[in-house]
Amino acid sequence: MFTIKNYVMAETIEEAYRLLQAGKSNTILGGCAFLKLGSKRIGTAIDLSKLDLDFIIETEEAIEIGAMTTFRAVETNEALNKYFSGIIPKAVGGILGIQFRNVVTVGASVYSRYGFSDFLTALLVLETEVELFNAGRMTLDSFLKKGAPRDILTKIIINKSEATASYQMMRNSIADYPLLNVAISKSTEGFRIVVGARPQRAELAAEASELLSSAKEINEEVIQAVVTAAIKELAFGSNMRGSREYRQAICKGLIARGIKEVLQ
Amino acid sequence: MKIEVFVNNKRIEMDVEYDEFLVETLRRYGFNSVKRGCDTGSCGLCTVWIDEKPTLSCSTLAVRAAGKHITTIEALQTEAREIAEFLVAEGADQCGFCSPGFLLTVLAMKKELNNPTDESIKHYLAGNLCRCTGYVGQLRAIKKYLGVE
Repeated sequence: MFTIKNYVMAETIEEAYRLLQAGKSNTILGGCAFLKLGSKRIGTAIDLSKLDLDFIIETEEAIEIGAMTTFRAVETNEALNKYFSGIIPKAVGGILGIQFRNVVTVGASVYSRYGFSDFLTALLVLETEVELFNAGRMTLDSFLKKGAPRDILTKIIINKSEATASYQMMRNSIADYPLLNVAISKSTEGFRIVVGARPQRAELAAEASELLSSAKEINEEVIQAVVTAAIKELAFGSNMRGSREYRQAICKGLIARGIKEVLQ
Repeated sequence: MKIEVFVNNKRIEMDVEYDEFLVETLRRYGFNSVKRGCDTGSCGLCTVWIDEKPTLSCSTLAVRAAGKHITTIEALQTEAREIAEFLVAEGADQCGFCSPGFLLTVLAMKKELNNPTDESIKHYLAGNLCRCTGYVGQLRAIKKYLGVE
């Protein structure tokens, strides 16, 4: 059971950041759905609920999602359903129930860089950036690789494009974490293939993406070569949900299915 | 810490711990329809409405309910009884432990979805587990309650 010694509803983002730096055990609160499963001893819990970070804004160039926006808001948002074949709502819409998705927040899910995340896999296949209070703006790819310790994620920015995309995942049961997830996008820049829950966090299969993008004709033979390349370049592991070999076998099917879906 | 909340339209001042979840607080204040189930966010037993949205009270810190309107099934007994009759008629209600959370989700769905399909009903209710009846009878009952084919 996690514990909280002190609780502050921050009035400004500057105050939240100052409090976060004031003690090692001070923690920014997201939705708390995952936090409650651990045993963290929190000194000061910092709540961002009053900072107007619950928003989804569509501009000409991008869709911006505030850190305190819930997954349910993401799932039902019109713009997110309209762009990128609706893969963002599809990715979060299968996570437990509506009452759970009314709790979980975008900021906590992205900042924590969970390996099992459905959301990160879908975001990474698009041109996504994150904005942090101290470190500023950076690509999601860079953030996932480097992290940003003791910072506050304020929003994510998904740059608009005409990309079509597909999200595929495998769960042992509907109420479980995914044992593997795959997102594939196709735009004028080419294909991108991202695989998450390996069980490591989502990562771009760069060589496989390049192989697919450079193919003159996409047929079964090319798809099999792409699948083989993705499995070779990405690291897979074992946990209670599945072995390394099982994940690799599932990955073949999900990538092939995803490629066929974006080509339709 | 003291918080002021509106439970079933009644203003209540509650004493809460910082790390206390709303399900515990509500039960401590006598709202025993709110059940504690899996405690991991999976089963939907602890569902309440927070500002009209179905929300897991087992995953919501009580301090975050300050100033909010919380609805439990105690406030919706007429509606609950009506749905219960459809559930009984379809053999879809047995021990009843999941019913408060389930009924709150059904009522939220009724407000949110217009003429839902089988798939959209199943999707909306996926977060409410029932270990007695299975879900086919529930689906039949809910469709009849909503008046959809």
